[in-house]
Amino acid sequence: MLRSITAAASAALLLTAVAGCGDVDDGGEASGKTAATGKGGTLTVFAAASLTETFGALGKAFEAAHPGVKVRFSFGGSSTLAQQITQGAPADVFAAASPATMKTVTDAGDAAGTPQVFTKNRLVIAVPKNDPGKVRELGDLSRPGLKVVLCAVQVPCGAAAEKALGAAGVKVKPASREQDVKAVLTKVSLDEADAGLVYRTDAKAASGKVEGIEFPESAQAINDYPIVEVAKAPRSALAKEFIGLVLGPRGRDALTRAGFEAP
Amino acid sequence: MRRAPESPRPPLILVAPALAGLAFLVLPLAGLLARAPWTTLGTRLAQDQVLDALRLSLLTATLATCLCVLFGVPLAWMLARAPVPGVRLVRALVTVPLVLPPVVGGVALLLVLGRRGLVGEHLDAWFGITLPFTTAGVVLAETFVAMPFLVISVEGALRAADLRYEEAAATLGASRWTIFRRVTLPLVAPGVAAGAVLCWARALGEFGATITFAGNFPGRTQTMPLAVYLALETDPQAAIVLSLVLLAVSVAVLAALRDRWVSTGT
Repeated sequence: MLRSITAAASAALLLTAVAGCGDVDDGGEASGKTAATGKGGTLTVFAAASLTETFGALGKAFEAAHPGVKVRFSFGGSSTLAQQITQGAPADVFAAASPATMKTVTDAGDAAGTPQVFTKNRLVIAVPKNDPGKVRELGDLSRPGLKVVLCAVQVPCGAAAEKALGAAGVKVKPASREQDVKAVLTKVSLDEADAGLVYRTDAKAASGKVEGIEFPESAQAINDYPIVEVAKAPRSALAKEFIGLVLGPRGRDALTRAGFEAP
Repeated sequence: MRRAPESPRPPLILVAPALAGLAFLVLPLAGLLARAPWTTLGTRLAQDQVLDALRLSLLTATLATCLCVLFGVPLAWMLARAPVPGVRLVRALVTVPLVLPPVVGGVALLLVLGRRGLVGEHLDAWFGITLPFTTAGVVLAETFVAMPFLVISVEGALRAADLRYEEAAATLGASRWTIFRRVTLPLVAPGVAAGAVLCWARALGEFGATITFAGNFPGRTQTMPLAVYLALETDPQAAIVLSLVLLAVSVAVLAALRDRWVSTGT
């Protein structure tokens, strides 16, 4: 009995200690709240990994336009981010790489309003710079002996790849199904794979090491990117302004330059 | 030397953090058990993909442990006994995989053993062997991250072993190989066993180096941790089930081994 009480007490102690660490970590946010009467504060944006470069630049622009405001990003796989939000992660804005992952958040009632599609991404064939497999079109991927890597079907880029290959009637035996699109890119850029299917924006970001080959069947599997304000967002006003920036001409311009398409 | 009488109750100042530590380690496990979808457990487990991943995990972790013992025990002996110049540096190098993020380890393996890697290039050109995306690649990735556990464990045992037995054998005319085989190895056997168990457990849970170096393909390179990670993307419940399977199997194997080997040394 005594033992279980001690255990409970120590567990409680531990939890407060952990919570304490969390407070220290969120110092910026806490101080932001005290300054909320003014114009300062920290805006937290959860965004798909493929948006890293574009949103990073937009965040800088947002900070410049809002003195005292800090934009903090958490980039990652859309499904992981969606789960974190439904588990109560303190996000203001969520930008996902697929409507399916956004649905996780809206279904849980964690979205304020209806998500808006702000951009689209399509797949390209990524090949190493010297193109050892002599890949020209999607049909080449079924050639025996060619090492092809795809995303796992559980992640958006894998689902899109399946759709595009299915639409083209091309049967591929991949050497590997990677956990995300950046992993596919790594395998191709290190010349371990002869070809992979990645987003056009990823191929463009790695243009020094891989070449992106467009293929018509990619039109069958275009990924919509929805963005939404998170319900009970700590910085609701800033969240709306940031979404406005992304949807506006400035955001569109940055997205197009990175290889995204207009919605 | 006189020893202070041992008190039957450990001091409270140790008990409290010990229990807190225990709770910290055990509570997440309890969380998994509490959230597990027990009703659909059977159907989820019977899927071919789960069985494939489990079989592959057990096979590769065991093979990796064999490789670790084969190469790690001589390496540990060298670190503990051989008059190697710069032995500290060598020891530091051996433990690098312990601190290296496994994903980086995987990239490093690709750069060396990949199709265009420093060594892999020649393996491909001369023997037609390519290691990435193969089961052999999984074994290598696991060996890379697990071997330091064995080396450290065996080196510790070698340093603790009484040198006089080896000296006695030497004065009786035994060759150095015979001494190693008949005296040293039996002396450090518990250390080797403990190291091998650690190694196996580490290899079984290996994720980062494996997915980076060997990729992820069901039945060929998709081990349990990889299956768990991908299941998390869409179906967290399935991920919990897979984790429980991995946990149950590893606990069962470790318990069985403990009875057979490890306890003989303790």
